[in-house]
Amino acid sequence: MSETATEIKETSPEKVARSTGELVALVEALIFVSDEPITVRTLVEIIDDDRESIEAAVEALREEYDGRESGLQIREIAGGWQIATRTELHETVRKFLKTRPSAKLSLASLETLAVIAYKQPVTVPEILEIRGVQSASAIKTLLEKRLIVTKGHKETVGRPMQYGTSKEFLIQFGLKDLSELPSIEDFEDLVN
Amino acid sequence: MQEEPEQFTFDFLTETAEIVRGSNDELKIKLGEFAGPLDLLLYLIRQEQANIFDIPIAKITDEYLKYVRLMKRLDIAIAADFIVMAAQLIEIKSKMLLPRDPSVEEDEEIEDPRQELVDRLLEYEKYKSAAEMLYEKTTVEQAVFPRGKIESDEHNAEISATVFDLITIFQKIVARQKDEIQMEIHREEISLADMIKSLRKRIFDAGELSVLDFFEEMHNRRELVTAFIAVLEIVRTESVKLVQKSTFGDIVLRKVEAKA
Repeated sequence: MSETATEIKETSPEKVARSTGELVALVEALIFVSDEPITVRTLVEIIDDDRESIEAAVEALREEYDGRESGLQIREIAGGWQIATRTELHETVRKFLKTRPSAKLSLASLETLAVIAYKQPVTVPEILEIRGVQSASAIKTLLEKRLIVTKGHKETVGRPMQYGTSKEFLIQFGLKDLSELPSIEDFEDLVN
Repeated sequence: MQEEPEQFTFDFLTETAEIVRGSNDELKIKLGEFAGPLDLLLYLIRQEQANIFDIPIAKITDEYLKYVRLMKRLDIAIAADFIVMAAQLIEIKSKMLLPRDPSVEEDEEIEDPRQELVDRLLEYEKYKSAAEMLYEKTTVEQAVFPRGKIESDEHNAEISATVFDLITIFQKIVARQKDEIQMEIHREEISLADMIKSLRKRIFDAGELSVLDFFEEMHNRRELVTAFIAVLEIVRTESVKLVQKSTFGDIVLRKVEAKA
């Protein structure tokens, strides 16, 4: 079976040097058709060019959209790239889509989510320790909304389940990755 | 010097602070906003404009108890955690009323009984601020719209089902099973091995099988549990995967085609 794999590689066409313009166009097309944020890795795989050129093309594309004050933006989210409407246009877009901002999370759920986001992987007793209140129903809500996922058991007494945030969390909160969250210590300065 | 409003002063002996104002309805809404006992405590401390590092514990304890009593009066279910905090506050308050241990040297550091609570409040407040930050982020994010779905998205929308989804479906069926009145009393035994065998045959014959349909064929709880274990077992051991087409939708057991 391994032979076929090498065959495919051998028969793949010689890399054609593409112009920057071509690359930008290809990147734009793929970002447009992708249902989920598309990663640079996937772009490299599909377009079959080197990573550096692809990254440069994405950057050029983003600058192009920004430069002409387009109604759309090319944005980095949840480890990938996405095409979306610009924030300022939300009222008109909503008027057309006839949607309202979706139901907000309760204070308890948001707090629980904040603890999980910063302390992950974290167990229920650890969340209780910080919040001072049982978080069972908040955790259930967050699981149902797919904002958090289970991350295995902690090897301690009772082997409690551990929780962490999901990719959906990054998407819904507009984050590139977890490192984009401000450090929890920054909030300390804010408090005092 | 201007006379300070009453709430700024603090006296162990007086119980004058009255932050509970307005009609009951108004309060009900307010009380609902507290995410927990620490949240309520922070609110009370701020209300008193007290220094968090020097909490007027007697006053705050009284205010706290007033709130808990009020919640009771308004028939709001009080979480046990609120009562736990009330007990802790009373404990701290009583510790502070005790005279200093005379055997301890004057310059020796005595741990403030409030210290642990202060640490917890400060830690909690950080996460409370983080929650506010998340709230802002999601509000901004809701103003951004990715492109609308195109047809091919629907066809490819395979969300891998998690054990959590599987259990949710299982619970649905168990709940439905409960409502049915069983007339037959005889006990049928089907072994796990038989169950796996019949499940495997059905998946491999048809290519895929709805988990919901499969569970519904079961006659009793015992069979259901066996069926559930069989599903878990077959996914683990055979080339069968769980596929869920939409959120909270049915879960399908699908044969994985051997790669050529």
